[in-house]
Amino acid sequence: MSEALLEVRGLNVVFSGFHALTDLDFTLRRGELRFLIGPNGAGKTTLIDVITGLTRPASGSVRFDGRELVGRREHRIVRAGVGRTFQTSVVFEELSVVDNLDLAAGFRRPLPALLRRRRGVSDAVAAALDTIGLGDLADRPAGVLSHGQRQWLEIGMLVVQRPRLLLLDEPVAGMSRDERDRTGELLRTVARDHTVLVVEHDMDFLRRFASTVTVLHEGRLLCQGTVAQVQADPRVQEVYLGRAKEAA
Amino acid sequence: MAPAGLAVSAVLLLVVAPLVLSPFRLDLLAKYLCYAIVAVGIALAWGRGGMLTLGQGVFFGLGGYAMGMHLKLAEAGPGKLPDFMSWSGVESLPLLWKPFANPVFTLVMVVLLPVVVAVLLGSLVFRQRVRGAYFAVLSQALAAAFVILLVGQQGLTGGTNGLTNIQHFFGLDLYDDADRRLLYLIVALVLGLAYLGVRQLAASRYGQLLVAIRDGEDRVRFLGYDPALVKTVAFAVSAALAGVAGALFVPVVGLLTPANLGVVASLELLIGVAIGGRYSLAGAVGGALLFNYAKTVFSEELPDSWLYVQGALFVVVMVWAPRGIAGLAGQLRDRWARRGPLRPVSYPAGADRPQEVST
Amino acid sequence: MGALNQLVIGASIGAVLLLAALGLTFTFGQMGVINMAHGEFIMAGAYTAYVLQPLAGGQAVLAALPVAFVVAGLLGLVLERVLIRRFYGRPLDTLLLTFGVSLILQQLARDIFGAPNVQVRAPGWLTGGVDLGGLRIPYNRIFILVLAVGCVVGISWYLARLKQGRRMRAVMQNRQLAAVSGVATERVDQLTFFVGSGLAGLAGVALTLIGPVGPTLGSAYIVDAFLVVVAGGLGQLRGAVIAAFTLGVLNSFVEFWTANGASFAKVVVFAVVIGFLQVRPQGMFVLRSRALS
Ligand SMILES: Nc1ncnc2c1ncn2[C@@H]1O[C@H](COP(=O)(O)OP(=O)(O)O)[C@@H](O)[C@H]1O
Ligand SMILES: [Mg+2]
Repeated sequence: MSEALLEVRGLNVVFSGFHALTDLDFTLRRGELRFLIGPNGAGKTTLIDVITGLTRPASGSVRFDGRELVGRREHRIVRAGVGRTFQTSVVFEELSVVDNLDLAAGFRRPLPALLRRRRGVSDAVAAALDTIGLGDLADRPAGVLSHGQRQWLEIGMLVVQRPRLLLLDEPVAGMSRDERDRTGELLRTVARDHTVLVVEHDMDFLRRFASTVTVLHEGRLLCQGTVAQVQADPRVQEVYLGRAKEAA
Repeated sequence: MAPAGLAVSAVLLLVVAPLVLSPFRLDLLAKYLCYAIVAVGIALAWGRGGMLTLGQGVFFGLGGYAMGMHLKLAEAGPGKLPDFMSWSGVESLPLLWKPFANPVFTLVMVVLLPVVVAVLLGSLVFRQRVRGAYFAVLSQALAAAFVILLVGQQGLTGGTNGLTNIQHFFGLDLYDDADRRLLYLIVALVLGLAYLGVRQLAASRYGQLLVAIRDGEDRVRFLGYDPALVKTVAFAVSAALAGVAGALFVPVVGLLTPANLGVVASLELLIGVAIGGRYSLAGAVGGALLFNYAKTVFSEELPDSWLYVQGALFVVVMVWAPRGIAGLAGQLRDRWARRGPLRPVSYPAGADRPQEVST
Repeated sequence: MGALNQLVIGASIGAVLLLAALGLTFTFGQMGVINMAHGEFIMAGAYTAYVLQPLAGGQAVLAALPVAFVVAGLLGLVLERVLIRRFYGRPLDTLLLTFGVSLILQQLARDIFGAPNVQVRAPGWLTGGVDLGGLRIPYNRIFILVLAVGCVVGISWYLARLKQGRRMRAVMQNRQLAAVSGVATERVDQLTFFVGSGLAGLAGVALTLIGPVGPTLGSAYIVDAFLVVVAGGLGQLRGAVIAAFTLGVLNSFVEFWTANGASFAKVVVFAVVIGFLQVRPQGMFVLRSRALS
């Protein structure tokens, strides 16, 4: 068994002439918690899209646990053990929190179980409910949740799928300070027994919760290292500060 | 529907109606119940699954013609040709007809034919993520093509006239009031079974999954399910129900013509569900009964204005009660709640809302 | 020879399909509105020619072209203003709504003009045809072809050159972006609906040249017209043109090659469209967009 869980090699993504990702190589080791940063439009979401089968690359390969993911359909990739969340959370508003989790836990269920009504709460769902701290809201429809709670529910829905790799796209965007802290703790818990890739912008959040960081810029890998190393890198400063100047 | 409501409906349909209705009215009710069986399927596919199927007449027709062919053969007797074939100069029984002499084969085909067509269409179309309005248009095109096919094959299908003059149904004499009452009871029982079965399905995890796919197909994909498969199953179930309904329609009405299953007929199957409430099974059944009753009344009293009424029904329901009669209470509650304290925005269940999960 | 003949027939079926579908590529393509009453706008166009007959005599068809465009366009505009605009984002409900409208319009036509079909006389200069080495092409078919091509050219010019046209295209490609860039999308929608429905009126006039006019004239074409739009790709003029002629020619060849062909033609066309969607699920030409649904 190799060290690497995810190996992205020579990845190119082109959208009608526009190169969103260029010759990207990227590796995730088993058990790692990795942060992926980069200015808007750097290609972070695109990378996740390619890994999860939503976007087809022009060339390159994505190997997960030694198996090629490119060309597989989305639900097959999920079944292979790769789960993701979206930048804008999507939960099923008419279903209760428990039902959302139960649904997410379900693709492994045998057909007869699928054709029956849910009775009680399975252990996995109960555990997830506990992890994300929404026990009190278990039977409320997901439509009433706040933005932060939705993100947690999404993470919970991911965890109950028992994936081996979690891809989280900007999980703390738009959250209050308090919610960010709780999400950070949640990430730590989840990362204990999963390999996790988190897309995040917020430097403060990064300093507190990240160990290894990868920086993307204009579809290319800019640098990789600890938070301190990355922050000290002049190229990273240039990318972020240059942008800041433009914006000003 | 609550168990009490269910029991009351069962008593009304199975005991009261056969006792108090004249044979003529009971026949009409039996016909409406056939449409209600289709409605149960539509409520599953459209209400739960978001698949607006404008071609339900095709499945109704497949089941109906399968049954009709058997009944015509039984009528003609062994070795003889059904009446319309001799009229159109057919001399020997077409190959397609031969196996339908067998009642078991026929009963299997009543379900199997619609299911096969639905699975074929569903898996091809849903797999390619053709959905929403596109799917609706395609299902309608199927209905149009099917009717033209039937009409064109005069010698095989009876053409525009269809299969007429059906007088017996598995030993029942369709000109005998007592036997007709029995036929009515069979139809009512089938409707009851269809209702209970689909209700169970809708309440199951599968039913939840179906609704989840309706509200966010792409999100469900990332939960590890194949939406195409889930939708195809629901579509096939609705097709099977339509097929069974068509098969019962033939003895109840005594004939089946392409006009019973074309584009307009398919839409009529749908409007009842829309009126009653697509999200509610009971609503769908009630709507189908109500709509077809209204159609009978108007066609008798004011035949010329029926199209106006029908057209206006579509407009009124869509504008003022997209969730149908069954959804009116909920709609009023929502309206009232909107005046109350602010709640997090949630989409009305009636809207086929646009989804966007990635930016 | 037979094949060539079928090709000509196919092209003329294609031209009719294209005329019927052109307006839909706008209303369906830009606004996602499935307007089932589009068929009745076609019917309205045809009856316009019939109404003008006593006035314009043999030239009713020519006189009717602009009038039918305006009549059908206005009908569309009213429909959009009164009903459809409440339904944006609910395509399936719109479909059922407009089906109701189409039933009402059909009955209205029946009450006004009577249930039996009526005939519009073709102008004298459209009777007869050209002989091309034994192949006879009737003038009225040529006229329809020219009209269809003229419409396509006119629309392309309009979309590319005129300010309103460019706005229309902008909204078609990205409604939100157009809106924040200061395009009054509501006005554009109205205009789109007017033009799209007006084109149905032209289609109706053209149809009077090849057959009688009745209340259900439009509903006979609407399903095929939608198939053209689906196969061609949403809001894609090129796609609609290619799809219309392909389906038209396919139709005429199947009719020719199979005994009792008309009966199978529609089934074959349907199967081909489904097959085609396996290769190009979003039709021939697609506007790439990032949204998932
Ligand atoms: N489907 C698409 N079509 C065209 N351009 C796209 C598409 N998806 C992404 N892009 C472009 O690719 C670039 C990278 O986008 P994205 O991966 O979303 O960036 P990030 O998530 O890092 O902010 C952006 O410039 C974006 O506009
Ligand atoms: Mg992003």
